[in-house]
Order: sequence, then C-alpha cells, then structure tokens
Amino acid sequence: MSWAGKILRVNLTDGTIASEPLNMTWARQYLGSRGLATKYFVEEVDATVDPLSAANKIIWATGPLTGTMASTGGRYTVITKGPLTGAIACSNSGGHWGAELKMAGWDMVVFEGRSPKPVYLYIQDDVVELRDASGLWGKSVWETEETLKKTLQDPLVRVSSIGLAGENKVLYAAIVNDLHRAAGRSGVGAVMGSKNLKAIAVRGTKGVGNVRDPKAFMAAVNAGKKVLRDNAVTGQGLPTYGTQVLMNVINEVGALPTRNHIDSQYEGAKDISAEAMATPRKSDGKKHLVTNQACFGCTIACGRISKMDEGHFTVENKPQYWGASGGLEYEAAWALGANSGVNDLEALQYANMVCNEQGMDPISFGATVSAVMELYQLGVLTKEQIGIEAPFGSAAALAKLAELTATGEGFGKDMGLGSKRLCEKYGHPELSMSVKGQEFPAYDGRGIQGMGLAYATSNRGACHLRGYTVASEILGIPVKTDPLVSEGKPELVKAFQDVTAAFDSAGICIFTSFAWSLADVAPQVAAACGEEFTVENMTTIGERIWNMERDFNNRAGFTRADDTLPKRLLTEGVKTGPAKGLVSRLPEMLPKYYEARGWDAEGRIKPETRERLGL
Amino acid sequence: MQKTLHINADKCTGCLQCEMACSYDNYGVFATSKSRIKVFDFHHTGRKVPYTCTQCDEAWCLHSCPVEAITIDTLTGAKVVDEGTCVGCKVCTISCPFGTINYVQETGKVQKCDLCGGEPACAEACPTAAITYVDADWTGLDRMRAWADKLGNQPHAA
Repeated sequence: MSWAGKILRVNLTDGTIASEPLNMTWARQYLGSRGLATKYFVEEVDATVDPLSAANKIIWATGPLTGTMASTGGRYTVITKGPLTGAIACSNSGGHWGAELKMAGWDMVVFEGRSPKPVYLYIQDDVVELRDASGLWGKSVWETEETLKKTLQDPLVRVSSIGLAGENKVLYAAIVNDLHRAAGRSGVGAVMGSKNLKAIAVRGTKGVGNVRDPKAFMAAVNAGKKVLRDNAVTGQGLPTYGTQVLMNVINEVGALPTRNHIDSQYEGAKDISAEAMATPRKSDGKKHLVTNQACFGCTIACGRISKMDEGHFTVENKPQYWGASGGLEYEAAWALGANSGVNDLEALQYANMVCNEQGMDPISFGATVSAVMELYQLGVLTKEQIGIEAPFGSAAALAKLAELTATGEGFGKDMGLGSKRLCEKYGHPELSMSVKGQEFPAYDGRGIQGMGLAYATSNRGACHLRGYTVASEILGIPVKTDPLVSEGKPELVKAFQDVTAAFDSAGICIFTSFAWSLADVAPQVAAACGEEFTVENMTTIGERIWNMERDFNNRAGFTRADDTLPKRLLTEGVKTGPAKGLVSRLPEMLPKYYEARGWDAEGRIKPETRERLGL
Repeated sequence: MQKTLHINADKCTGCLQCEMACSYDNYGVFATSKSRIKVFDFHHTGRKVPYTCTQCDEAWCLHSCPVEAITIDTLTGAKVVDEGTCVGCKVCTISCPFGTINYVQETGKVQKCDLCGGEPACAEACPTAAITYVDADWTGLDRMRAWADKLGNQPHAA
C-alpha cells in the first residue's frame, strides 16, 4: 500500500511534535490528500472557528500516488478553514515538495495552535524539529528558500513557505513551494502567517516503496503515460503552450471575463496569449517564454518558464526579476490582464512574479485590482486614496498595486481584504465578482452555463478546479455539450465535481483528466493500494468527499443563499460574441443540482444521502 | 555493438521520471535520493540537465579502487561496482572527475550507473527522449541527420 502509514502532528502553541499512525479506515474511505486531510480536519475542528485564530488547524497532505512514478504524482493539498471565504479551504500544489514529504515517510502534517514566535518546521526523514524563524520573518518566498538551503547546507531540501503576503495576512495569501508552484487559493497562506509558521523544509531519503503490486503498478503507470502522450491536449497542447492555449479559445467563445466582467471578450487577448509569449518581443527581440517545465513525475510538463524584458519599466534596475522564472498560466494572465484590461504582457509577468515572490493568489489579486479599477472608474475611489491613477488598462497601477498589497503599505491594506470586503467597505458590494468571498477565475458563467453553476456550488468559493465543465462545454471532453444551454448542466457539474475530488485525493494533477478518466486512474490506485479501488468505488469516494466538504460549510453557516452569483451575471446580458444577451440561468439549475445531489431544497444533505455515502 | 546513454538536455522537462525509474530498478523503491542519475534544475536560466556516469574507457574509479571492486561488464561496457567486494573506502568518489560515483550511507558501499545490464530504466522512463540509449559509436547520428535534413533535404537546399 503506497500510503506512508504515518502522520506528523505539530502543536505550535506547545512546540511539541508527535508521530501518529495513519487512520487506515479513513484512508480507505477518503483515499488521501484532499479527501483524507479534510476528513481529519472536519473531525477535529469546529466549523464555526475563526480561520485566523489558534483554534483553526492547517494540514499539508499527500495522496497515495504522491511520490510514485504515476505521472503527475507529486501533488499535495493544504486543508484549513479559509479566511477569504470562511468555508473549507483546499489548495493544491505541484512542484517537488509533496513528493519530498512522502519520501520522508509522512502522509501528512497537521499543525495546531499558534507559535508565540516565528518558527519553521524542519523534516529530514524521522528527524523533525521546530526551529526559530525570526531571521526568516520579513523575507520573501524566494529569499526564504535560498536562505534555508544555505543555512541547512542542503541544496536538495524542498521548501513550502509564505512571503510577506502571508505574514501580513492578506486574505488571499498563498503558500508557495519550489519558487513558483503554489497552493494558491482561499488564503491558506494567511492561516500559516497567523500561526507564526514561516516554512516547512523537507528532505526525504526513504522513498515510497510499499506499493501493493509492483508489477501491476508499473504496467498501469506505463499505460497511463502512453494515454497522456497520445492525447492532443496533454501530449501537445499543454507542453507547447501551457494552459495559456485557452486565451484565444475562450475569447472567441465569448466567455473571457473582461474589465471586472463588464465585457466578455477582450480586444487585447492576442497580446497576452500563449502565441504572444512565444513570439519575439519588439523591444529586445527575445521571446518571453524560455521553456516549459514539469512538476515532479509529470509527463505533461505544462509549466511556463519566462524571462522578462530587462528594460521594461516594472523591472528597470531590479535584477532580481531578470532571471528565468515561473511564467504566466492562463488564470493569472486572465486575472492580471483581460480582467483589468491590461494588455502589456511584461507587466502581467511582473505582477505574476510578485505574486510568486511574496505568496499571493494571482486570481484573487487580479480580480481585486479589477474591482478597484471599476470603483475608480465610477469615481468612488480616487487617485489620492489608491496612490496612483487606476483606470482599466493601467499597467502602472497593476504593478504598483501588486507591490503595495504584498507589503501592506497604504492602499495595499485594503487590497489585501479581497474584492468582497473591499467593495463592501466602499459601498458597492455588487461589484465584487466572487462567490462565498472568493473571486471568479477566467471563465464567464454566462457564456459557459455549467461554470456558473460550478462557481455557485463550489465548496471553496468560486473556483474552476472543483468542476471544470469547460472541458465538456468547450473542449468536448469527455463529450461535447452546448455551453449556452443550462439543460443537463446540474448533472454534468455534479459528475465533474465528484470525479475531480477523486483525482485530487489520489495525489495526481487534475490536468491528467483531459486525457484520463477514472478508468485510467483506478488501476494505478488499485495496484498501489488495494483491489477495492475500482472506478465505481472511486466515484463514490469523490461524492463522499464533496458531501463531507458541503456538510462542513453548512455547519459553518453557509446556506442556499450563498450558492449564488453576483447580480451582474444574473441580470446583465453578455454584450458581444456567441453568448450575446445571455445571463446565467442559475435559478433554474440550482434546484435540479440539489436534487441530483440528494440534498433538500435548502441545500442540506438528506439523511438517506448521508446513509448511502456512509457519512 | 556497445550502446551508451545519450543525453539531450534541450528536451528535459525536469520531471524526474528517470530518477524514480533508477531507484526503483535498483532498490525497488521510488526515491530520488537513491538515484544514480540526477537532474539539475538551473532555475535562473530555466535549463534542466540530467547527468550520470559516461562509463569512461579508462575509468578513474576502476583504476583507483584498492580492492578491485569495480569491473567492466563486457557486454555493455559499464563499470560495475561489486557490492560484495567494495569496502566503502570512497577513494573512487575522490578520483572520479565527474562526481558520478557516490557513497551510500545505508549500505556502506558506493553506487554508480551500471546501465541496468543493458536496459537502462531511465531511458525507458523518459517521456521526452531527453535520455536515450544508442549505439556508442553513433551518438551524433541524430544531430547529423537533423543537419543533413536542413542542408540537403529541404526545398530551399542547394
């Protein structure tokens, strides 16, 4: 069985560390990573806890396939109650950190309490110590990683940490590992900061060796790798263009939210697309994109490595930004670009690098910028308040706001609240493009109807990674559905949500699902963990996880009224493109979704559903 | 025909499938720490470079070993460590100019690439053909073919 079989429990208040055997009953019911860590979390933490209090807990968790040769098997999830949403937070990251934790012999690390002073956790296999981090406090993610490698005299150590944003409790602060991979959403970094926990440095030399049936496992792994290689999206599109392959596609279908969702097509899309990243710049003749890069074990390699124009106004005389670094993914390029109306690719990359360097979610940050720009356009916010003129399209404002938000200086304090609290503060709550306090990602829920429902019902607030029906509605995976109609979407959203929860909990990347179905994943999990992990069982596990998350949110105080969308999406028709005139038909879809889920009309889980899922 | 591991760093994505295949083939465990091939990620340039033993003809490690624990596999040309003979003195790790033979605390012996007896697991696992196992006399064949194609096989060629 490819679970490590033990977990670490760290009490930050007392400074104690304990090893516990993994609860194997739960492992078989919730698999690992997202599912299993959430099970621990909901059993141990009161749903009404203040997310930034000592009573909240935060868990780093790997899955059974993490650290194995299963393609993309390097993922880890951070589970806590999110300060941005007040809902369950569940942020997933790639890179190498997750695999390193697993190879050190741990399935997960549970943190409790709050340290009286800044600390970091050092793990070298069985040696686990809380160490003083007063010298690291105030450092960026990049400086923290560099300093720890030097101090520990170990270039192979892997670091998961927060930058200034997490320390300052920016409500969408991220946790970043390997310089530019992030557990990005819902403010998990602020929870880390609230606990005075700066970093976790891990070195694992034991490896993952307890695979149940090695021969069957390698056969399933190799079959899976072949499917990814032969698929047009995972074999060609993603390695060549990254997720940015979507920019022009989504713009053409009229679902590229633009200028805080006022428009749904962006005239500057081509300037910030994958194609633009691969075209030599006019300024210095060099390409923005340097190469692609894989996370641990990944045979897709969608990651972007970019290099900025050293003469660009954002990085003049700032050599720390001149090297190759994590480049724009589609979501970041959209949030920082189309949604703020900025078509300066270099400026977007600068803001993106600041997000990586200081640990911020570029989606929520970019969407907060666009809300500020709309408030500026309406005259609600002024240049004096913001510190800079901030009309839609201002690259200078985007860059300045990124810096201010991370450091918490001036208007940066307001920026760090996220769009919901900021818009409420300035009297326009309707201008926050968010659900449950978390900002939308890069698809307009009017032009892609399924996504509107997916956002409204996502357990961690608006999110594209809980049920990515774009795959079906736009790309035709696994079957093509019409993005403009709402019929059939409740069932489609449910199916995507359940399957996604199973993928996430296995410890693999959801991008495999462009090519893999559970029929490709189940044989790998079965060979690694046990014959009971069939497609059917894994689908049930996914549904069980979804309902467990929902149940936590209901206990945290969320109701049917929170499963909604901003007024703009429900009442203002799309202005241009194929979806012209459409609003989200959420009110039609939601009751059918509840019915498909086995929930009552108020969105509560019915007793028979609980029983069926063993909750 | 002897074959050799041939590395094209341009194609490497840094996924470490090679490192896991290596540790799995040799120790039955997925552990990058136990791999005999290492991928170096130079993040300031974005370059990822796999590196392992090139199986020198006049191998420093072999010549420096005081107990003759390193011998030549006549089939593959690999310089192979006999763990039964190795005393863990580490002299080979000092003499190797490339750093590709290393001591293992767990076993008290040294380890290096042995070409997996002629079927290197790293090359098989590599998803981008950055690591291939090719005719030792013709490691330049692909590059020659690419140039031949460019200079003599394209419509604009003379």
